[in-house]
Amino acid sequence: MTNPNIPLATTGSVSLITPPPSTDAKATAAAAAPKMSAKGLDFYYDKFHALKNVSLDIAEKKVTALIGPSGCGKSTLLRIFNRIYSIYPKLEAKGQVLLDGENILDPKYPLNRLRSKVGMVFQKPVPFPMSIYDNVAYAIRHYEKLSKADMDARVEEALRQGALWDEVKSKLNGSALGLSGGQQQRLCIARAVALKPEVILLDEPTSALDPIATGKIEQLVEELKERYTIAIVTHNMQQASRVSDYTAFMYLGELIEFGDTTTIFENPTKKMTEDYITGRYG
Amino acid sequence: MSDEARQAVADRLYFRRRIVNGVGLVFATLSTGFGLFWLAWILWTTFYTGISSLNGKLFTMMTPPPGDEGGLLNAFAGSAMICLLAILIGAPIGIAAGTYLAEYAKKSRLGEAIRFFNDILLSAPSIVLGMFVYTVVVKQIGHYSALSGSLALALIVLPVVVRTTDEMLKLVPSAMREAGLSLGVPQWKVTMQVLYRAALPGIVTGVLLALARISGETAPLLFTAFDNQFWSMNVAQPMASVPVVIYKFAMSADAGWKSLAWAGALIVTLFVLALSLLSRAILLRNKVSND
Repeated sequence: MTNPNIPLATTGSVSLITPPPSTDAKATAAAAAPKMSAKGLDFYYDKFHALKNVSLDIAEKKVTALIGPSGCGKSTLLRIFNRIYSIYPKLEAKGQVLLDGENILDPKYPLNRLRSKVGMVFQKPVPFPMSIYDNVAYAIRHYEKLSKADMDARVEEALRQGALWDEVKSKLNGSALGLSGGQQQRLCIARAVALKPEVILLDEPTSALDPIATGKIEQLVEELKERYTIAIVTHNMQQASRVSDYTAFMYLGELIEFGDTTTIFENPTKKMTEDYITGRYG
Repeated sequence: MSDEARQAVADRLYFRRRIVNGVGLVFATLSTGFGLFWLAWILWTTFYTGISSLNGKLFTMMTPPPGDEGGLLNAFAGSAMICLLAILIGAPIGIAAGTYLAEYAKKSRLGEAIRFFNDILLSAPSIVLGMFVYTVVVKQIGHYSALSGSLALALIVLPVVVRTTDEMLKLVPSAMREAGLSLGVPQWKVTMQVLYRAALPGIVTGVLLALARISGETAPLLFTAFDNQFWSMNVAQPMASVPVVIYKFAMSADAGWKSLAWAGALIVTLFVLALSLLSRAILLRNKVSND
């Protein structure tokens, strides 16, 4: 099992040696080392053309927000990144999605490996009907054989990363269904990070939560981007502007505008983006 | 139309609806009472007559020849054995098939076709299933046997369990599947380790209800397990069962036999009642913890 969390080293040091340190660090980071990138991506729900020629880079160890009105294809795009769409019949993606330069849409790309590298958290918290401990340990057991002590340490580490450890350390063997909605969602995040993924996909992770729980998740996203590449779909403009480094605005299956979050929110180049962000439609 | 006139129309309409509502409520209540009346009567007769026939010998002595003292021990043991075997044969196949329908076939043409035929099997008269097993098994072997009785009952268990497993797995939110699969865990593992856990109370309830259903079945056993006046736990031989003994004893003129039939009927009724309560309790307890 390789450890994907080798801190910043590769990309960081490379940019130090390579020539002129750019003034716009964010933009070059995205251009230099996209962790994932969609290239000319089309998606079909049977006959419905849901994504049209979408190309976009997901920068490493940054948060990329996907925004746009309902039905614009943002969740669809996110669900291609770990090929979770493929469990349903009649769905088809055409084009390329690269993860570290390899096309994950290639049928030869092992699904097992993809899903261990690209974790996902869903809109509604879905803890498994088992104990808190087992929720986190469940997937680890599928990939690794660990001693009890090592597993305990991994579970603790994941729960700490999920900002949940202090609240649950005394009841690890209690049912996960007894947790509050916000705690359940953080458990789902802990479950995803337990596999030491490289990318975490968040599909409207706070839309079922109250403002306080939402705040905690946002803070958590802030902490997680130190280690992971994050893509988040959200309906909440403020959330996108608070948590993300880059924002992609989508409409009717097309990527309208993509850039760093400050630019998109303060100085969008397209009228449509501005209208959506200022709440004139959507 | 003036406001007053509109108000008058609204008032008239409201008055009419209240009358229709009242009449509907009366009919609904009467229908409920009508149904419950017969149920209460049946239960009352079973309890009243059955209780006076209950005694210790019921569980310690074998079915007697006419005029003698006796109990229903061999019939109870036989019923337990035959029903248990039927569940052991029917439930695993039913759960597997239900899982196939809910998780793999889904709404495909094949899946819908299997559901359709399963529903036919579900409503097939039990005597037809008994005749089927008689023709296919009993006639080939040449004699009655408890195992053939279990096979006939398993055919009743099967569609019930297929249906409930299918329904209960469909109730598990698809987000749970996606969450499991998104961790890279293969589908069969997610199904066995996550979805079964979520659907377990429902599946167990289905099996318990199937058990309740077959524990009172008589017709499929008449041509298969038949009857046995003596103690026998040999599944290759005819075996006594409570419903068949009730059938035989209740038709007789012997007072002792009749009394035993009532006692058997009471015990079977209580057993089915207990199973129903148990399955309700399982479902209820789980509903609370799921929300």
